[in-house]
Amino acid sequence: MQSEPVVQVRSLVKRYGGKTAVDGLDLVARAGVTAVLGPNGAGKTTTVETCEGYRKPDSGTVHVLGLDPVRQAGDLRPRIGVMLQSGGVYSGARADEMLRHVAKLHAHPLDVDALIERLGLGSCGRTTYRRLSGGQQQRLALAMAVVGRPELVFLDEPTAGLDPQARRATWDLVRDLRADGVSVILTTHYMDEAEQLADDVAIIDAGRVIAQGSPEELCRGGAENTLRFTGRPGLDVGSLLKALPADCTAAELTPGAYRIVGKVDPQLLATVTSWCAQHGVMPEKISVERHTLEDVFLELTGKELRV
Amino acid sequence: MSVSESARTSTAKTYAPKPGAAPLSRMIGAQAALETRMLLRNGEQLLLTVVIPTLLLTLFSTVDIVDTGSGEAVDFLAPGVLALAVMSTAFTGQAIATGFERRYGVLKRLASSPLPRWGLMAAKTLSVLVTEILQVVLLTVIAFALGWSPHGNPLAVLLLLVLGTAAFSGLGLLMAGTLKAEATLAAANLVFLLLLVGGGVIVPLDRFPEAAGTVLGLLPISALSDGLRSVLQHGAGMPWGDLGILGAWAVLGLGAAARFFRWE
Repeated sequence: MQSEPVVQVRSLVKRYGGKTAVDGLDLVARAGVTAVLGPNGAGKTTTVETCEGYRKPDSGTVHVLGLDPVRQAGDLRPRIGVMLQSGGVYSGARADEMLRHVAKLHAHPLDVDALIERLGLGSCGRTTYRRLSGGQQQRLALAMAVVGRPELVFLDEPTAGLDPQARRATWDLVRDLRADGVSVILTTHYMDEAEQLADDVAIIDAGRVIAQGSPEELCRGGAENTLRFTGRPGLDVGSLLKALPADCTAAELTPGAYRIVGKVDPQLLATVTSWCAQHGVMPEKISVERHTLEDVFLELTGKELRV
Repeated sequence: MSVSESARTSTAKTYAPKPGAAPLSRMIGAQAALETRMLLRNGEQLLLTVVIPTLLLTLFSTVDIVDTGSGEAVDFLAPGVLALAVMSTAFTGQAIATGFERRYGVLKRLASSPLPRWGLMAAKTLSVLVTEILQVVLLTVIAFALGWSPHGNPLAVLLLLVLGTAAFSGLGLLMAGTLKAEATLAAANLVFLLLLVGGGVIVPLDRFPEAAGTVLGLLPISALSDGLRSVLQHGAGMPWGDLGILGAWAVLGLGAAARFFRWE
């Protein structure tokens, strides 16, 4: 089932001074929840903020709900909800006061009291924004993004720095939004968040989308899984490799720690253990690992630290 | 379906999209009301807009510190303090508040709301005007209690206050939209202090050396206090010269703010 895209980005380029933040990025997001993953500085926020109408593309086109976010901003803004990475609230405003205000800017807002209750913001009382905890500030920003009953919500790292309960509450709300027909674009650093919530994941690196698909599709990644075991150091990996199917790789990662990557099935496990038996090796700590989104992510974006 | 979905008590689609902007008048009204509340809740802002003008008016009217020329001191001081009140709200207060709104992403967040940018600016202006009305009422009552006897054409006074507000708003927004919030805070307070002393508010400009007095007379605060004084104290007609100076500052300030204001 292919619905109309809610976001369609074509060959987007955005530079800041001499630095290219987004470098010919293509992205199509459809109804449902789309997670945008990427290391720091990959261009996630720039891409999302271009969709929100905050930045003008240097080249390329962006359409959100079929509209140009800059030229048709007046038509688009009532239809989207935005949660910024931080801030966005008068430092002297109370949580409920700010939420009620944003509700007043919309024609058919949600029931503010129910939303306050739902996100546990009732305990903020008369506390002003600058004195709220980080988690309360995040939840208020989330509430502000959804209170206008938008068709599409942009959440920029909605659970960064939240405790597990607050994280869970945010996830539940995103699931309810999705169930009620609201589309969500969320950027995140958390792989489990993307795996839990997203129908579709786009991995961004160096200003481009380098992989996109459902979490399952991405994890299947050519159906490769990992089998690990430990044994005597210095086993003949070449001989082991000869016993394995052609598309497998085998390596001794650290002395005595072996890793086989390939299509891990019962047959492969039997092949490895029988090779060990023939060579008088007792394989210990034998384990089969499913490819996680994190593996895919690190494989695609590299393991070196980003500045 | 997921656990949380089946656990929902209501089958109604609470979050089903139903987007739409509120009517413009309601948005601008709500925004102006919020901004005014923020201002009245802020202690430093109240110090600037209410406490200092009130203290200056009362103190200098009752204690003979500055030679304000012939006649009742309050007749000289009241117009100057009204000018100061306009500056404190339209320039200092607005610059500091807007500078921090920009710094904390409030302007950015509102820019993605249904409220258009010009609507936000209209709301800010409305909020400034409401605050000024409160100030003028308060200061007028105090001045009358101190024996003030104003003259002149109310229309001329209104025109001066409006043009003064426009001039100071332009300069305040220019500062808030280009400098860092901390720099705006420091600079706006410093300018307030300097213009309080050198802008003919409580110290008559003829106390300064002639050359300095001439230059100081071109400042918006001097034009506003001089204009208000010529009408309210001396019952003069339209102070075209002062209105011209204020008009020029308004055009320059608002033009530069529109050109250079950065929203984040």
